[in-house]
Amino acid sequence: MSVFLTLLRRELTAFFYSLNGYLIIAAITLLIGESFSTVITNLGTDASPMPVTELFYSTYYFWMIVLLAAPVMTMRLFALEKASGTFETLMTTQIGDVRVVAAKFCGAMIFYLVAWLPLLLCLFIVGHFARQHIGLDAGTVGGMYLGIFLIGCLFISLGCFASAITSSQMAAAMVSFVLGMSFFSLAFLAKALPPGSDLTAVIPYFNLFDQMDSFARGVVDTRVVVFYVSATFFFLFLTLRVVESRRWK
Amino acid sequence: MIQVSNLTKRYAGRMAVDDISFTVARGEIVGLLGPNGAGKSTTMRVLSGFMPATSGTVRVAGFDVFHDAEEARRRIGYMPENNPLYPEMRVREYLKFRARLKGLGWRNSRSRVDTVMEQCGLKDVGRRIIGQLSKGYKQRVGLADALVHEPELIILDEPTVGLDPHQIRSVRALIKSLAGKHTVLISTHILPEVEMMCGRVLIMFGGRVLASDTPENLQQRMAGGSQVIAEIAAPEKALREAWDSLPEVTQFNVSACDGKFFRCALTARDGFDLRATVFALAQKNGWELRELTRSRHSLEDVYVQVTKPNQEERE
Repeated sequence: MSVFLTLLRRELTAFFYSLNGYLIIAAITLLIGESFSTVITNLGTDASPMPVTELFYSTYYFWMIVLLAAPVMTMRLFALEKASGTFETLMTTQIGDVRVVAAKFCGAMIFYLVAWLPLLLCLFIVGHFARQHIGLDAGTVGGMYLGIFLIGCLFISLGCFASAITSSQMAAAMVSFVLGMSFFSLAFLAKALPPGSDLTAVIPYFNLFDQMDSFARGVVDTRVVVFYVSATFFFLFLTLRVVESRRWK
Repeated sequence: MIQVSNLTKRYAGRMAVDDISFTVARGEIVGLLGPNGAGKSTTMRVLSGFMPATSGTVRVAGFDVFHDAEEARRRIGYMPENNPLYPEMRVREYLKFRARLKGLGWRNSRSRVDTVMEQCGLKDVGRRIIGQLSKGYKQRVGLADALVHEPELIILDEPTVGLDPHQIRSVRALIKSLAGKHTVLISTHILPEVEMMCGRVLIMFGGRVLASDTPENLQQRMAGGSQVIAEIAAPEKALREAWDSLPEVTQFNVSACDGKFFRCALTARDGFDLRATVFALAQKNGWELRELTRSRHSLEDVYVQVTKPNQEERE
């Protein structure tokens, strides 16, 4: 356990001791701010029956953060270690492959969640200055953050996998962006397909859009949680296999 | 300490290490010598447990590096090629991180880091960021990392590459100081380095170990075909006849030197020292003799001779 914590600490310092880390946080804060001002402008013109959290998620900026941040955060994880050769020093110590993958994933997740903190402040400001009840309570905020957390798990595990298969950070970012984008596009595919076919029965489970929608309303569907958790574990498992692959290549 | 038997490593379609076997005893400093692409780094990577062998076994202190990986790794300090480090970390912080990864406890890692920093001359740069250090210091950080968990075996892949002569000296001195306490395996393609540091040399080429002996013995073995150079003032014809009639001389080459002197390069039958014979001959005939030397083969000659036939074979 203590070795895992040492590794995790090292991952976190790599994020927080680097300019890149702060650039990513700054970019995310900017996008959150943009979506905040969009929400405020809309609220100022027409009344909306939706809770504020739902308004936030339905802006484009929200999805930009999800789709872009994960590849940028995770591209470094394995690719840089492979390119610089530190992967060799890391893997020749007594720590196992599982710990390395887990520490890298957890480090990226913590960083991802920290980067989302400014949203809390935005929600607080809206809640504080709104005269009437706007559907901002522990349920909706908790649901929204759970959604952010689960989507983050999925996208960051995708990113880990992409980073593990290459030694180029650029390629890793591309691959994880394309994978994330494909997941995201399944939501639109569901709408485009004729109703009644077999595919349309399956694809709604991959509809990140609707799932986030219910999270933002404070509705937590166990099936969706199970879907995200299992998909995350699936990609982490693939990552582990790739890391181990040097053993049987 | 190290037992390598029938180690073969094949990369997709290419044979990197081809059925090599060798052993290294405790406390030895062994140099792995060979041109680039000879399979040195691959051998070391397998030894360190980073990659498995395609076939064959590698044991370190009796533990199989693949099946008893944890036990074997505890006993190995490995510095890979190009000495990879995390440039954004501070020296002390990095060494502590590495010590913790290698399973040292909090207190123990602190005292070990202090010890290796002292040992590697890093006391003054503990707070510096690794990326800003000179290459010599970085190399010492890499060495300190390899030493931090007190391994019995230290594997260093080209530890002096890219350093200036002063830095090379200090790194060499450091490695030499490890002798006795640790078993050291160094790879290099720099010959004098091996002559200076190692008790034994393994010459690798094309994935095979072509020779394994002490540097002195390898040179001795070459002395079998050693040459004697003599510069003698005498008629060329007389000289040629004299060499022809000597049964110990297997081959000779007489060339004109300045003035009346001729330079004779004589190759003796194995192991025979021609110098006394040549001197006696010159004295008997009243020839003037101004130089008589036996050219000692350096390790470089050994290296060239051992690796040459194969090189041609390949081309």
